[in-house]
Amino acid sequence: MSSVWPRLEPRLAEVQKPARYIGCEGGAKAKAPDDALVSWLFTYPDTYEIGLPNQGLQILYEIVNERPDGRADRSYAPWHDLEAIMREEGIPLFSVEHHTPANEFDAIAFNLSAELTYTNLVNCIDLAGLALHAADRTGRDTLVMVGGHCTYNPEPVADFVDVVVLGDGEEVVGEITEVIAEWKNHGTFDRPELLLALSAVEGCYVPSLYEATYADGRFTGLVPLHPAAPELIEKRTIADLAEWPYPKEQLSPLTEVVHDRLNVEVFRGCTRGCRFCQAGMITRPVRERPADQVRTMVKNGLERTGYNEISLTSLSTADFSGIESTVSGIMADADDSGCGPISVSLPSLRVDAFGVDIAAELQKGKRSGLTFAPEAGTWRMRQIINKLIREEDLYDAVESAYSQGWQRVKLYFLIGLPSETDEDTLGIAELAKNCVAIGRKHSKRASVTVSIGGFVPKPFTPFQWFGQNTSAELQRKVNLLRDATRKMHGVNIKWHDPKATLAEGIASRGDRRVGAVIEDVWRNGGTFQEWSEHFELERWTSAMDRAGLSIDEMVYRHRTEDEALPWDHLSAGLHKDFLWEDWRDAIAEVGLPDCRWTPCYDCGACTGYGIEHVVASATAPAGGSQGTGQDLSVGSAVPVKLLERSK
Amino acid sequence: MKLRLRYSRHGKIRFISHRDTARLMERAFRVEKLPVTYTEGFSPRPKLAFGLALTVAHESEAEYLDLDLVTPVELDGLAERLTVALPDGLCVEAVVPLEPRSMSLQQAIVCCGWRIEVIGAPIDDVTNAVAAVLAAPERALERERKGKTTVVDVRPAVISVEVHGETTNGVQLYAVLANGELTLRPSELVRLLDAELAMTGLACSLREGRVCRTNQWTNADGERHEPIVLNPTGAALAQLPEPPEASRPREIRAS
Repeated sequence: MSSVWPRLEPRLAEVQKPARYIGCEGGAKAKAPDDALVSWLFTYPDTYEIGLPNQGLQILYEIVNERPDGRADRSYAPWHDLEAIMREEGIPLFSVEHHTPANEFDAIAFNLSAELTYTNLVNCIDLAGLALHAADRTGRDTLVMVGGHCTYNPEPVADFVDVVVLGDGEEVVGEITEVIAEWKNHGTFDRPELLLALSAVEGCYVPSLYEATYADGRFTGLVPLHPAAPELIEKRTIADLAEWPYPKEQLSPLTEVVHDRLNVEVFRGCTRGCRFCQAGMITRPVRERPADQVRTMVKNGLERTGYNEISLTSLSTADFSGIESTVSGIMADADDSGCGPISVSLPSLRVDAFGVDIAAELQKGKRSGLTFAPEAGTWRMRQIINKLIREEDLYDAVESAYSQGWQRVKLYFLIGLPSETDEDTLGIAELAKNCVAIGRKHSKRASVTVSIGGFVPKPFTPFQWFGQNTSAELQRKVNLLRDATRKMHGVNIKWHDPKATLAEGIASRGDRRVGAVIEDVWRNGGTFQEWSEHFELERWTSAMDRAGLSIDEMVYRHRTEDEALPWDHLSAGLHKDFLWEDWRDAIAEVGLPDCRWTPCYDCGACTGYGIEHVVASATAPAGGSQGTGQDLSVGSAVPVKLLERSK
Repeated sequence: MKLRLRYSRHGKIRFISHRDTARLMERAFRVEKLPVTYTEGFSPRPKLAFGLALTVAHESEAEYLDLDLVTPVELDGLAERLTVALPDGLCVEAVVPLEPRSMSLQQAIVCCGWRIEVIGAPIDDVTNAVAAVLAAPERALERERKGKTTVVDVRPAVISVEVHGETTNGVQLYAVLANGELTLRPSELVRLLDAELAMTGLACSLREGRVCRTNQWTNADGERHEPIVLNPTGAALAQLPEPPEASRPREIRAS
């Protein structure tokens, strides 16, 4: 394998933040290039600062490098300045470890966490020197694979990728490595044979083995082109997080990145059942890491990296059943270590006083801001989205925060939710005003930042049938809130650009025809679409026009129960009728409690895979999970369907 | 207890920024469990005092950092242990105790030695340009700071420049440039030489290649002193000369 470093190095001083391109992180693996091994290039299709902390990529990177038959490097999307130099000098996309050209790897695997990175995916394939479309790649050409949350509707990128991998990657990455190794040993390099072999691996979807059908301009289904192609592709789920204590050596970068701290995943999955939340639906069931393993991973990670900040990650960390003892254990270990003060953050704080008390305990060293996500402004709306936070829970939480010294509280809300009225929207301003009033009792400088996002319905959620609000409607609601909060002292409002929300909507639920739109946007210079300075909606709307596609049809329209969805051939374990039922319940304003501590609703996620929720402790956290209707001030009895982890 | 560190930066890691270096040092100190003093308040920070910033992409053989410790530590082997805790390319060359009221590094350094590769002109033309700059009584340079352009006579900041032969891509210079009230950066020296070539009507443009800071000097009694002098033979501490008096910057041989 070759290296682009001699050509890259003399030009690197010309670009912004050249440290993005040199690797050398703590924990980086430097398994030497060797054609006898199956080589992977794990790539995040956005900047280094955003991509490096991605835990999914880091986990797979370690697992492959531990295998005797594999090796892996990493790569990230180059910023515009370097891209111009690369195209001028003919330097292809490269790995940061060995500066090996991307097209010398057996596979390049992208993490897709955000739809607006799709044009960067295309750009990276092109920069790698590979044919853009899977159909044009032959023989030993590098396999293009994608994984991550966005792959639950991979159709918009189906033309560009060879293999889509659904669900947890820990086990399947090894199985794919073995298939590729065998194919390489074979020596015939018959690509269709490899793709067929990969389609037989559970969790792998090979788009080229299927053809989409349409009638009257509407998607009607996907037809297998080969008898061996499975009709339904199931996601992969690892049963026990304890068997996968990865990353064991989290990368500690040389230069500043987002989430620049030690991240330890405490559980995967969430059963709160917030109806807008794709992550909570597709990652079921809940699988908690044993509390003592969390503590060991934190202790080892701090000693190895020198970080003084830890994040305990999950979709709702305060719901971790051993949270209090885990936290006190971590703080005790840190005191003993002599490494100086540390702070622990919980990325998703529970909206009640209990959550704040934990945060206060954690952030003795360094006090960052507190963020709560009530998501909607009225109780009616919160029942519809199944985020059953009572107004008084929020007020208790902010009271507790301001009284313990925090000056600023950030509140996250969504607008454009199903059946939303202006009263619901304005409820956001009302909540913010009341929160500031509570804060002013404690400090004159108390303030609330309200962060507003436009709702994009996602596949495999009860809202997958809902017609997204138009960008004009979202802008109108933003204006309503801006006007309502203008004279509220201490309330600051920030919002996500409704135009970007529309582009995300196109990519989220589009079918295969959206591939042409993504390619068009890319050809017209639309990379880094998550960066507001590089986003122009006009590129997307004109590309839709050129592709003969309608935004009304694809984004704004409510879908019906009987119509084919572009992701019907994939399974996240959830029964479609469970989702439909939940969608009807939403419209009827009926909430659904968390099933961790209440009986099962048979959503399909556990039963389909023969697994169950795995919790570190059989005792629910004080207050149980919000939305269970339990008394939030005390601990609660443990319900029936709970599997206690065997020691 | 106060400590002064001398460290070097070579290879790929030369592309990190000054802030990056600070973060990496802080992490290495925590890995080595150095009892660094922290500032008070909601966001405690370790008390570190960096010397001159090193430009992104420049290498160095002589960077400095002072730090405050709550309790004394064993210095024997500390430089080696910190080097292990730091990423490849950052190397702690020596650690010495510092007198409580020493002048800060930023104030104390009067000039730096630089190895500068210039690319884009033959060695003879570069030699002539160097001679012309050194022979001139003054040399104006345009500088842009915060959107305002000023013209400064930077000639006094060019203390010495020598031509040291050719590299693969260009010409190797060795320069001593002033630091303090009037500071000259290597890139500015290259601009001066480029302007000199332009004045003689030569149609070439000079740019900066590899640059390495070789020395930082303080001034005491009209003589230059490195804040920490490295012992090239790696001799033991027992062979150290008598420490200079406290009013002068310390010059200590370290292993």
